Amino acid sequence: MFNLTEKPRRNNLWANIDWITVLIYVLLVFMGWFNIYASVYNIEHSSIFDLSQRYGKQLMWIGAAFIIAFIIILIETNFYVFFTFFIYLFVVFLLVLVLLIGSEINGSKSWFSIGSLGIQPSEFSKLAVSLALAKYMSTFGFKIHRIKSYFVMAIIILVPVLLILMQKDTGSALVYLSFVIVLFREGLSGVVLFFGTLVVLLFICALIMSNLVLNIALLAITLIILFIINPKLKQFGFTLLFFGTSFGLIFFFDLLVNTNFQPIDLFVISSLTGGVTSIIYFARKKIKDSVTIFVIFLGAVFFSLSVDFVFNNFLMPHHQARINELLGINSDPLGVGYNVNQSKIAIGSGGFLGKGFLNGTQTKFNFVPEQSTDFIFCTVGEEWGFVGSLVFISLFIALVVRIILSAEKQRSVFSRIYGYCVAVILFFHFMINIGMTIGLMPVVGIPLPFFSYGGSSLWSFTILLFIFIRLDADRLEQPIMLNSGN
Amino acid sequence: MDKFSKRSKTVIGIFVFIGLVYVICLFNLQILDPKYKQFATNNVLREVIQYPARGLIYDRKGKLMVINKSSYDLLITPREVKNFDTLHLCQLVGVEKEELEAKIEEAKNYSWYKPSVIVKQISPENYAILQEHLFKFKGFYTLPRTLREYETSSAAHVLGYVGEVTQNDLARDDYYGMGDYIGVSGIEKSYEEHLRGEKGLKKFMVDVHNRIQDSYMDGTEDVTAKIGKNLVSTIDLELQAYAEKLFSNKKGAVVAIEPLTGEILTMVSAPYYNPGMLVGRARGSNYSKLLSDTLKPLFDRTLLAGYSPGSTFKILNAMIALQEQSITLDTRFSCSGPESSPIRCTHNHVSPLGVIEAIRESCNPFMWNTFRSIITKYPTAAEGYNIWREYVLSFGIGRKLDSDITNEYDGNIPTDEHYNRLYGERRWNAQTVRSLSIGQGEIEMTPLQLANYGAIVANRGWYFIPHVIKEIENGEIDQRFKTKIYTKISPENFEPVIEGMQMVVENTSAASLMNIPEIEMCGKTGTVQNPHGEDHSVFMAFAPKNNPQIAIVVYVENSGFGATYAAPIASLLVEKYIKREIAESRKWIEERMIEVDLLHIY
Repeated sequence: MFNLTEKPRRNNLWANIDWITVLIYVLLVFMGWFNIYASVYNIEHSSIFDLSQRYGKQLMWIGAAFIIAFIIILIETNFYVFFTFFIYLFVVFLLVLVLLIGSEINGSKSWFSIGSLGIQPSEFSKLAVSLALAKYMSTFGFKIHRIKSYFVMAIIILVPVLLILMQKDTGSALVYLSFVIVLFREGLSGVVLFFGTLVVLLFICALIMSNLVLNIALLAITLIILFIINPKLKQFGFTLLFFGTSFGLIFFFDLLVNTNFQPIDLFVISSLTGGVTSIIYFARKKIKDSVTIFVIFLGAVFFSLSVDFVFNNFLMPHHQARINELLGINSDPLGVGYNVNQSKIAIGSGGFLGKGFLNGTQTKFNFVPEQSTDFIFCTVGEEWGFVGSLVFISLFIALVVRIILSAEKQRSVFSRIYGYCVAVILFFHFMINIGMTIGLMPVVGIPLPFFSYGGSSLWSFTILLFIFIRLDADRLEQPIMLNSGN
Repeated sequence: MDKFSKRSKTVIGIFVFIGLVYVICLFNLQILDPKYKQFATNNVLREVIQYPARGLIYDRKGKLMVINKSSYDLLITPREVKNFDTLHLCQLVGVEKEELEAKIEEAKNYSWYKPSVIVKQISPENYAILQEHLFKFKGFYTLPRTLREYETSSAAHVLGYVGEVTQNDLARDDYYGMGDYIGVSGIEKSYEEHLRGEKGLKKFMVDVHNRIQDSYMDGTEDVTAKIGKNLVSTIDLELQAYAEKLFSNKKGAVVAIEPLTGEILTMVSAPYYNPGMLVGRARGSNYSKLLSDTLKPLFDRTLLAGYSPGSTFKILNAMIALQEQSITLDTRFSCSGPESSPIRCTHNHVSPLGVIEAIRESCNPFMWNTFRSIITKYPTAAEGYNIWREYVLSFGIGRKLDSDITNEYDGNIPTDEHYNRLYGERRWNAQTVRSLSIGQGEIEMTPLQLANYGAIVANRGWYFIPHVIKEIENGEIDQRFKTKIYTKISPENFEPVIEGMQMVVENTSAASLMNIPEIEMCGKTGTVQNPHGEDHSVFMAFAPKNNPQIAIVVYVENSGFGATYAAPIASLLVEKYIKREIAESRKWIEERMIEVDLLHIY
């Protein structure tokens, strides 16, 4: 497996590195540092090397990150491929260990405290899962549509997710959803994405709409879709008849027996009977698509009914509150909604060009909580305005798009899958973090890659990215390292 | 390249789509929606009002009467409060625990984020100690304010007092904010706009904990507070204090005016109180004490009490008749003493007598005939009455004088309509309203009006509107106080009555009580019947006869004859004002006047 003729190509290593990606990385890191400096700036501690201040520490983390990046470039790519399994196991071990001896910060038991230094294993588990997925999915003869494949992939992803959930670090766990996109790229049916989106939409609709309205809407949509894909008047008429009679019968039953049905009960029961009858009808006619539509309909009705139950019984109160706040069900700008409200004020007050470096009043005077970590984007929005936000978003999207494009160019499947993992992890962090600061996502504490204050997160993202940069450099260096294609 | 490589486009599509959604949201948030900019300003901007010191008030000799002293309010921002020792705080600021707790509760109900005042008017001495301990009480702040302080225990009614603004004040003038002080009465009220100065505004940026971080816009939007203007009063503090001393244990009023200028030298409404009572923490209890006092010390008799002028009014009637030529200096009317009709005479004197003697003797029948001569000169009583009334009104009687102390009573000189209503048109005549001839009946005059009437006589026919402020720092007093107002009586018609007034002082049985050595004083006593008890004694005078320096009126309630108390008190005040001291020969009068207790005789 080792390429023994690498010596002459070794000289080309630095030339093969994707310097544009490195440049974007460096830009983001330093933009991040300037914003951390601005967010904790005060006159008494204005020296940038003040190690008692966050910007001083961050400068230290940045220096260390650059050294780490340099070392990663020097390490042979084979190392990761070879040691993936051990890395994965080691991270899982750390995740278990942190549950036992970790310290609790902000309600999450996800930190190792070594002196004043805090290390968060969940930051590194993303890397381990990425490597493990890439390794497993690039093995010779891997086919995604096998039960065994699904099972192994699920194990690889879910073990860390469960451990992280046990640390009560919902935000970090949420990021693992991003791997679905990687699986999608590698052949997972688009239906999964479709249903995933449908479930999220239904979940939101079930929370903000009354069940009755939602169910009527679902039935209306189902019937419209039915008519579009199966425009036969006779069959459509029968379908209407099924639902109509179901409704009528149950209504009379209610009157006779005096069961005191609420409108929602009436409607749900008649929907179910109407739906089941329609399924039987279309199954006998052997019109598969129509059957599927009604199966989905029934599933959706059940799901929407269960959402309230799940929401009230399985989510923790602070999560419920944050979701309620996000969806505008309950508004409490001084309580749960305080962070988001202040964050929007800070960003919104930036205007077109922003208030200028160090002139942001909202962030400087601590109106925005967690402003150097999870809410660092507020400083960008306030001090650099719409232009600054646009530059940042463009840079970030450019970075992840570039990684995808670059991943597609990889001859090694391992590199490609790993590249996708890097891109989607970065993207999910970006999406949740920025979405949270502008009130489009619930408040879950996850950092903005390369931007937020914190050593663990900066280092883990640096390692994540630079392993890919190193793999990419290999693309030009080594013809074939592992098997390609599946 | 594998068969799913096209899915990279979907993935990139998702990335770019979400990126675009965020950019659009940010565009809306940062550029289209202005409310966040407003919220941001609200977040950081704290406007701190700078309260200017009120203007000082001097007396006419430059003696300070009203100054300011520092005081401090204790404020609380409930959100920032940590556990603290309530008892210790109570002890430091000197309030009861229950009161403090109630105030804190009130503040919490108002706002958790905004400061509210919980203890007012902490003295500088208490503040000095409190300041050292304040670090133990997180969320508590002090705010410097200024309070009035009085350098004198006199002149409470004239000076007036300062109190917190009412809802009405807030609605009327948006200069004021909750808890601001405003002049409530006296000079403090009428010169409020000069005295209050202009509030300043300092804009600060605060952090999330409401701690001041920096000035806003480098202080360019700050407004500096302007100190209130100092005022010089026309009041002669020494005379005022002396008048109050003479009025110990008496009810009544004194008003003294400098005739040449209309400047009010002294204004006493007795019983009086110490102006210092209505300042500071004890103010509330003192105020209710004064309010419930049956002697009504808060009631300013000089401006609000409508007394009958009594015999002092006879001078005016005589002058009107002379002006109307319904009598001449040669006219004689006879007097039958107690048998006179329709008005009896209470004095024993020669008969018949002319106008000068009639004034000296205060002869009722003479004055009745004089009055009748005016009314009957005209075809109908109403016509004659209206002519008479015009003369009276030209003396500033029966209407507000428009002085610079607000809250004047009009007094009362009835219109002919009043008598028409009462008796029917043409069903009344001079005899019906004969009480007017001797200053009784419906006539009501305030002591200020009566004093001004004295000043008019002293000036022989004109006056300046009486006022209590003579100088405003960097300003001028109102034009109306510098405009001479003439009455309808010609100067030559004043001389005979002045002659009579001089005889009152120098040549009557009571002369020994009021005749001042070396000063030619002219005066007129009055005894005012009143339905509430013993007659009021009144004395109106001016001195010296030529180039008068002071016109004065003294009312002593329920004290009997005018010559008994009112005249001696007036004479002492005139002597004090002109000579600055009381002659040895008259000390006994002074002593007697001070000692007499007319409040506790019943």
